[in-house]
Amino acid sequence: MKIGLDHLTKSFPANGRKSKGKDVIAVDDFTFTIPDGKLVGLLGPSGCGKSTTLNMISGLLKPTSGKIYFGEHDVTDLPPEERGVGMVFQNYALYPHMTVEQNIRFPLENLKGKDKLSDEEMKKRVEEAARLVKIDELLDRKPGELSGGQQQRVAIARALVKLPRVLLLDEPLSNLDARLRLQTREEIRRIQQETGITTVFVTHDQDEAMSISDLIVVMKEGKVQQIDSPQKVYDDPANAFVAQFLGIPPINMFDGRIQDGKLWIGPDAVLAVEGLPDQQVAIGIRPEGFILAHDGHLKNKMVRTEVSGRDISILSTNPASRSPQVRSILSSDDLPFIKEGQADFDLKPRKVFLFEPESGKRLRGTLKPLDQTHTSSPEEVIEVELLEQAENR
Amino acid sequence: MKKYKGFLYLLPALAFLAVFLIYPLIDVFIYSFEEGYSSASQSYFGIGWYNYDYVLHDPYFTQALVNTVLLVVITVPLSTGFSLAIAFLLTRIEKLRSLFQTIYFLPYVTNTLAVGMVFMVLFKQTPYSEGVVNTLISWCGGEPVDFIEGPYWAKMFVLCFYTIWIVMPFKILILTSALASVNPMYYAAAKVDGTSSWRIFRKITLPLISPSVFYLVITGFIGAFKAYSDAVALFGTNLNANGMNTMVGYVFDMLYRDGGGYPSYASAAAILLFAIVLTITVINLMVSKKYTHYS
Repeated sequence: MKIGLDHLTKSFPANGRKSKGKDVIAVDDFTFTIPDGKLVGLLGPSGCGKSTTLNMISGLLKPTSGKIYFGEHDVTDLPPEERGVGMVFQNYALYPHMTVEQNIRFPLENLKGKDKLSDEEMKKRVEEAARLVKIDELLDRKPGELSGGQQQRVAIARALVKLPRVLLLDEPLSNLDARLRLQTREEIRRIQQETGITTVFVTHDQDEAMSISDLIVVMKEGKVQQIDSPQKVYDDPANAFVAQFLGIPPINMFDGRIQDGKLWIGPDAVLAVEGLPDQQVAIGIRPEGFILAHDGHLKNKMVRTEVSGRDISILSTNPASRSPQVRSILSSDDLPFIKEGQADFDLKPRKVFLFEPESGKRLRGTLKPLDQTHTSSPEEVIEVELLEQAENR
Repeated sequence: MKKYKGFLYLLPALAFLAVFLIYPLIDVFIYSFEEGYSSASQSYFGIGWYNYDYVLHDPYFTQALVNTVLLVVITVPLSTGFSLAIAFLLTRIEKLRSLFQTIYFLPYVTNTLAVGMVFMVLFKQTPYSEGVVNTLISWCGGEPVDFIEGPYWAKMFVLCFYTIWIVMPFKILILTSALASVNPMYYAAAKVDGTSSWRIFRKITLPLISPSVFYLVITGFIGAFKAYSDAVALFGTNLNANGMNTMVGYVFDMLYRDGGGYPSYASAAAILLFAIVLTITVINLMVSKKYTHYS
């Protein structure tokens, strides 16, 4: 079932001295339709309103204005229990005094009237849910006796046992260690695809969001920044915030300008620009967008290299950089070409993004290499991406 | 040596306990089997069950036992229940919560005898006044009752009322903090799953605060069994004559009655009280193991 959010807004009354009597707007005019059967990740730094959005979908919070639709049905004023949502909380919220079986069974025991289940039906449903998340061996244990990953599965089973129309996950992986996180996110993806249930999850971890989502909603300070597929969000950020928020290591930001059809960083002309007037710009360059080139166009001062085996990072400085150091990631094949003192680069045009310096709005023009004579890896040079002029993304 | 180092640290406390708790306890146990022990001459007639036989056939003791058991059975469940209800309602209101918390806590810091005075004003009949409660009863068209020197049920009612009222502040305090420590995430989870408020309270809140509840029940039982000063505050020191004595009161009276007192009888009664409290507490602990959840 698709979920429609229509101009959804939530503001909290002013509280404390800091807010100075102004309401805090947690979610600001969020309009989007989550397609049926998809896994959607709400991504953003803490305080961006992603959890508030999730709580409004679940019904735990009432929106200040706007509507929520499940299918064609307006559920804005329905209490959580009548919406048919299953929810997994960040700390799982498993009832510590009940066994795993009692925990999973709990939502079923709440059913009343025509939905009421017999004992055998409940047992069957509990077992099905437990088998789906592979915890059927643990039904007699108490949550305190389980590992974090197992607790997580119990929480998912409890959310799914009443066959909800929507599954909501609040920071589902943040309490797991790194290895379990990888495993569990695959598991969430598998369960979501097996059940085909429309799923929304909240995370501040871009890796998590990128790896399993069909769609990512990037949020900041209550406002939606971009909604796209994970790869698109990375390759074609809507603004400087999205570009900086996604990507590990983060994108390198420079102050520069467009002049005479060229993009300048300090005294260096680095790329040719088409379709944009002369102006000051903020430039974002992904770490993998650098090509080490003898006599390359961007002249940086070498600080040091970091070797990780598969690839190498060059840390360098440039006066126009917004951060103290510029990090570029290169293939370890480039290692012999690194020289002390100077690090000269050419840039891959589709890894370079231009933004308005103040607002951070994306400037869409066509970037091309200046010339092809000095570059060390010729196959990169031919690569020219035509970026469409796209309004209202 | 290392093994005993811990005991060395405990020694001051152990010595203190031995002198002021264990030695007297053993002493009382011995007295209770010594017939007609006199503390003046340090002599006794013989050894046996005589003291227990006497005490158990003493109508004053039987009265004190009945009074105490009634007090325990009535006040412990009621005070715990009321406290739970009030603590629960306190967590539900937002405005004026701290004001109400202070009001409910006031009796705890008020002197027992001062509260006794207030109850006198409420219940005692004097040549000048019928007592506030009797005045109210008269207004409603009822017959005035002598709560202090009248029928047994009336006196028992006042004693229970007083006891419940005086123990509630502490229980409310403990239960309020227990309720506040329940993670609200459980309530959110239960709400999403469509759980009714009553079921949330019974299946989630109550089990999660059960350690505090059982702590209050156990200490409540022990406290009520040891009741004495409350009865004195309400009915004066001659409790036997009033038929409102408690077991501790009986022990106290036996120690000082008729000038020299009867330490042997007092010891036997004290040991009986000790046995009863011990039994009840053990039963309480056994029951609590089954129903209490410790995280």
